[in-house]
Amino acid sequence: MAAFRVGDRVRVRTNDPPTHMRTPAFLRGKVGVIERDQGPFGRPEDLAYGRAPRVGTVYRVRFRQREVWPDYRGGPRDTVAADLFEHWLDREAS
Amino acid sequence: MSHDHDDHDHDDHDHRPPQPDDPVSRYEALEQALRELLIEKGVVTADGLRRTMEVLESASPENGARIVARAWSDPAFKELLLQDGQAAVASLGMGPTGRFVVVENTPERHNVIVCTLCSCYPRFVLGFPPAWYKSRDYRARVVHEPRAVLAEFGLKLSDDTEVVVSDSTAEIRYMVLPQQPPETKGWPEEKLAGLITRDCLIGTAVARA
Repeated sequence: MAAFRVGDRVRVRTNDPPTHMRTPAFLRGKVGVIERDQGPFGRPEDLAYGRAPRVGTVYRVRFRQREVWPDYRGGPRDTVAADLFEHWLDREAS
Repeated sequence: MSHDHDDHDHDDHDHRPPQPDDPVSRYEALEQALRELLIEKGVVTADGLRRTMEVLESASPENGARIVARAWSDPAFKELLLQDGQAAVASLGMGPTGRFVVVENTPERHNVIVCTLCSCYPRFVLGFPPAWYKSRDYRARVVHEPRAVLAEFGLKLSDDTEVVVSDSTAEIRYMVLPQQPPETKGWPEEKLAGLITRDCLIGTAVARA
């Protein structure tokens, strides 16, 4: 079952576990909006070590550039999107 | 390969490109050992690897150009492409691609693709990425100052255009659907495909007639 719906606001977790992961550092702690459900994928944290992966939904999440980079130079509507695993996302009050 | 080196001195190495029958380097030896082990243990087969290499090496930006030309010519195909990229690509006899998402440029919105974590790229459609796509410089800067990076590629965007950077952080691969130059409406697909370059598909250029 997908944890989030398109339009939900989420915050990326700030964990920094000593493991392989696919959550870029520049987005940790940032708030974005779920844009697209990309379907179920195995966790990179498991796959990288040859373990049977726990499976979760990956979401395309869109962030306002000005939220990601306080010094951002460009339009206020500019965004950056990334594909993030649900176990890295927490619901954020809208 | 010969060129002058007036400004610096390096007798310790030459600039000859690697030759196919050079002695194996450390990383080549590592790759060879790993490959032989995987084959020996039955994880992959030599023929499977060969076929994969063949597919990768035959993929090229021309595939992307064909996809875009079809999308410009056929609204139903375009709708499928934006909804379900891998199904659309399969319907043209390409792939399998894995999860493939196509993002559309519009008069209001310009898309550009990157992989900040490594160099993810839709290789099964477009072939190998250009060297700059894998550089730290491009990967670090395009998410932070996309307009400055695009300007260096010769693409100046208006302040009103919304810039969307897609960072390929998971197993989804991205391609940009560029805008069709208005004067090319009604052109045959083959002629349209000739307008679409690799950089248009990454988003560092726009299609021009």
